[in-house]
Amino acid sequence: MPGYLLLLPLAPFAAFLFTLLFGKRLGHGAHWPPIIAVLVSLGCALLAMADVLQGRRVNADLYTWISSGTFQVSIGFLLDELTAVMLIVVTSVSTLVHIYSVGYMHHESGYYRFFSYLSLFTFSMLMLVLGNNFLQLFFGWEAVGLSSYLLIGFYYEKESAADAGKKAFIVNRFGDFGFSLGVILVFFTFGTLHYAPVFANAAAIAGRTFDIFGMSFDLPTLIALLLFCGAIGKSAQIPLHVWLPDAMEGPTPVSALIHAATMVTAGVFLVARCNPLFALSATALNVVTVVGAVTCLFAATIALTQVDIKRVVAYSTVSQLAYMFIACGVGAYSAGIFHLFTHAYFKALLFLGCGSVIHAMGNEQDVRRMGGLKKYLPITYWTFFLATVSISGIPGLAGFFSKDEILAMAFASPIAAGKFAWAIGTLVAGITAFYSFRLFFLIFHGTFRGTEEQRHHLHESPPTMTVPLMVLAVGAVASGWLGIPEILGGGAHWGHFLAPVLGHPEVHLSHATEWLLMAGSVGVGLLGLALAYFMYVRQPAVAEGIRLGFPGVHRWLFNKYYVDELYSAALVQPAIKLSRETLLRIVDGRLIEGVVNGLPAAIGQLGEKMRRLQNGSVHHYLTTMTIGAVVVLVWLATR
Amino acid sequence: MDFPLLSILIFFPVIGSAALLCVPRERPAAIKALALGISCVEFLLTLPIWLGFDKTTHLMQFVERRSWIPVWNVQYNLGIDGISVLFVLLAAFITVLCVLVSWSAITVKLKEFYVALLLLQGAMVGVFCALDFVLFYLFWEAMLIPMFLLIGVWGGPNRVYAAVKFFLYTLVGSLLMLVGILVLYFASGRTFDILVLAGQSYPITMQLFLFWAFFAAFAVKVPMWPVHTWLPDAHTEAPTAGSVVLAGILIKMGAYGFLRFSMPILPDATRMMMEPMIVLSLIGIVYGAMVCLSQTDVKRLIAYSSVSHMGFVTLGLFAMNTQGVEGGILQMINHGVVTGALFLGIGMVYERTHTRKIADYGGLASIMPKFSGFFLLFTMAAVGLPGTNGFVGEFLILLGGFGARPWAAVFAASGVILGAWYMLWLYQRVFFNQVNTAWSTLSDLNGREVMIMVPMALLILAIGFFPNILLSFMHVSVAHLLERVMGGSAAVAGITAGVNPFGG
Repeated sequence: MPGYLLLLPLAPFAAFLFTLLFGKRLGHGAHWPPIIAVLVSLGCALLAMADVLQGRRVNADLYTWISSGTFQVSIGFLLDELTAVMLIVVTSVSTLVHIYSVGYMHHESGYYRFFSYLSLFTFSMLMLVLGNNFLQLFFGWEAVGLSSYLLIGFYYEKESAADAGKKAFIVNRFGDFGFSLGVILVFFTFGTLHYAPVFANAAAIAGRTFDIFGMSFDLPTLIALLLFCGAIGKSAQIPLHVWLPDAMEGPTPVSALIHAATMVTAGVFLVARCNPLFALSATALNVVTVVGAVTCLFAATIALTQVDIKRVVAYSTVSQLAYMFIACGVGAYSAGIFHLFTHAYFKALLFLGCGSVIHAMGNEQDVRRMGGLKKYLPITYWTFFLATVSISGIPGLAGFFSKDEILAMAFASPIAAGKFAWAIGTLVAGITAFYSFRLFFLIFHGTFRGTEEQRHHLHESPPTMTVPLMVLAVGAVASGWLGIPEILGGGAHWGHFLAPVLGHPEVHLSHATEWLLMAGSVGVGLLGLALAYFMYVRQPAVAEGIRLGFPGVHRWLFNKYYVDELYSAALVQPAIKLSRETLLRIVDGRLIEGVVNGLPAAIGQLGEKMRRLQNGSVHHYLTTMTIGAVVVLVWLATR
Repeated sequence: MDFPLLSILIFFPVIGSAALLCVPRERPAAIKALALGISCVEFLLTLPIWLGFDKTTHLMQFVERRSWIPVWNVQYNLGIDGISVLFVLLAAFITVLCVLVSWSAITVKLKEFYVALLLLQGAMVGVFCALDFVLFYLFWEAMLIPMFLLIGVWGGPNRVYAAVKFFLYTLVGSLLMLVGILVLYFASGRTFDILVLAGQSYPITMQLFLFWAFFAAFAVKVPMWPVHTWLPDAHTEAPTAGSVVLAGILIKMGAYGFLRFSMPILPDATRMMMEPMIVLSLIGIVYGAMVCLSQTDVKRLIAYSSVSHMGFVTLGLFAMNTQGVEGGILQMINHGVVTGALFLGIGMVYERTHTRKIADYGGLASIMPKFSGFFLLFTMAAVGLPGTNGFVGEFLILLGGFGARPWAAVFAASGVILGAWYMLWLYQRVFFNQVNTAWSTLSDLNGREVMIMVPMALLILAIGFFPNILLSFMHVSVAHLLERVMGGSAAVAGITAGVNPFGG
């Protein structure tokens, strides 16, 4: 195993420990160990990519982690094309976010704590993508969850932040419930948890069934769907999407790194990594596609009405992750990873741009108090603009290529839900352009709607923040050029590069169809853009009119379809009530304690009664003796 | 082995406590120092076990055999194997921490407190080393007295009720076990030797009777649902050291009893009772976790969480395959470490605030950052985060449970969700949210307290990343045990990879 693979996760781990233990003494220099470590990781990731490009792959165990009977699992590293791409995404965005945070978190009291958590996260995420088996994946999976918990709850004295961190952790546990059962089922099916033998033998389990609860399930479908449960949680898809918008309580750099570019994409990575398993089940693929399509539309519609700028971007993330699942569902894994890649840059840019705006506005996040910021924040304005154009799928920028690839693949897919996903995806492309430009116009155009004090305070962010913005802007524009399709004169390099791991979907689209599909998605995108321009720049009264004209619709969207309220009423409150009213008060309190406390009391009473038998009166004793003797005699006689 | 190491381990604390009695009452510092010294020496005495234990045999090691009451063929037999060795080590380790954590918490009847603690330690080590049923029973009952005193004298306001409840509950269970022991004695041709008893076979009706007689003693101790209600009271009222010993060692003896007696002596009954035991374990897991959701007292919450965690342990044991049993034993150690650590932490903060009500807390993370950091790690270990010891045990148990009855793993896994819910909720209410201004002047952990926390934290991570350090102790003994319980060689491998236990 090349040494850099070991250094990749260990550098941030060392920085985490060091900063946690000694960071307080470093004061405002506490960012140095984490930044140096992430730069080391970035360097190693580039080396890894260079090696992979030269055809080198690694699959090596470091040591045996758990050994019990036939159950053997290692800590080990797998380096292939998919890992290499993930390594680049994670380390590059992480590096930029580290640098950005130096400016953004400058005034925060837990400065060293923040940076040590960032290092912990980077370590965990790298362990997740580098693992060569399911259990190490699970290790990274939970460790990024812990980092996320800590960073969402960074301002823990705020109850909403502490709530949000806890919610993220617990909702993810629902996904992990299925995921861990999936991992266990993988072990029982294949006798190992290591990727290589599992995927090599995957085809052999086609058609097998598994019986539980008196029902018979198709084994590959069951495995795939159980694993997918974990992906639903981590990547915030319906019905476990509720934690991600709340996670915006965390500092904005965290939202960019963890809740947009890297951790939330772990679910997509998981499905892509396990593609040999998913490929065995059309049912599972259809479920993935439908969950993706429904989430895609669902989240995009909510984004239309939100007024907190981070929440708009958060719902947009849920919606974009859903595109990636659509891709995986229709078997176009490399298209999904392509979108993961471009999305990491344009979405991190959007979030960091929001951070720059929030920074300038004195922690204001309500878009209704912004407006006209263009002239105060020129760099933020232009970089945010590029990110918005990119996510809207305007030709030439990164988002266009990756989204278009997904839509084409969905259209061409032989699976049942393919056309459905294509239709939804195309519609959502328009909605995406609309809400993205709505946000953009509301922040940067029109007149300033905040307070005088805020206006006075407005300023462009320091270079530690603007430089990462500009670097990300390059990614938001150019990262898509790695996968320009053949029809546009490109070499479709992306798909070819990943094909050894992710395969090539067998699709055949005529050029005319491809052109038509492209024109369609670009068309709705431009339509959304134009509509946003009309409603939020030219005729702001129209937007207000629509809001007042459809109060019911607006209320539903604004309140996120009341899913949180539903969960609270149907799940959380009943569980607590069951705990308090039934289990604690009745079962524990009355039944068990009744017996426990009642038994000694009953024995006491019995003794009281028995005592009366010995009352010293002879004729009582005689009577008892006689009755006893008769009983014994009768028993002996009838025996 | 000629050197009576185990006897020394058992009786050194007893002799030490006698020495403690000679120290004048007016010199509390000397009493504490001597108690600490004794517990540390005891811990160092376990070193030969660490170094000299042979992991390649299932046979008893460090064996001592002496005739004791020849008339009844009672022997003084001691020995440890891969199943008991870790508990001896744990008992020695935990006691040191218990002495340290009581340093400033115990102010009345100081001498008697440490005497009780050391006597308890001697009896606990004895339980894990005894290979004769009478000797075992003696240590088992001897434990009750110092523990009863620890709760009843140094406990909280409701201590007498809790102590009596603890005593009666366990005594009733133990009496049934005594009946069982006598029945075995006569059935086996008059021997109390556990190894001999485990080598014979008994009629199935008798096995079933004995199984439930032993169950009465062991299930109360674990505690399994529905005989768990003494635990919340005992834990809540006990002083910190009492709770730590209770969680760390005492309740492990129930599960140990199943392993040492029920399974090898009554293999057929154990096999027959597999499903009822699994179901009881599952109820314990879910029930214990559910009840945690409505607790308002920190110690009560941790006590109920023990019911849930010990449900995992018994699930693993009665899965009766390699992963289940090894995971169960490991989880016993883990639970001792993690719940012990949680109680240690609660004790430290209680010493400062004198309240156990969750609602009285809030925002401690700002006031006691070091303490919050440690407690977070313990919380994560309790919810089974990978990288901590809790995960390894829980995962092996889920694997084992799945191998035995797939539905068992499904229900048990739901306990993992609930576990995160109540533990993180607790953590939030104590450490996050607004600072309760009443506590804004609390001091963070002092040097002594950090010294208690660090070894616990290191153990949690060390077992989390390198569980084979402990698992390697048990492989051979567990395999031997399973061979006895399941019979035939097919079962020995436990879950046989590749062989499909289900359809298709």
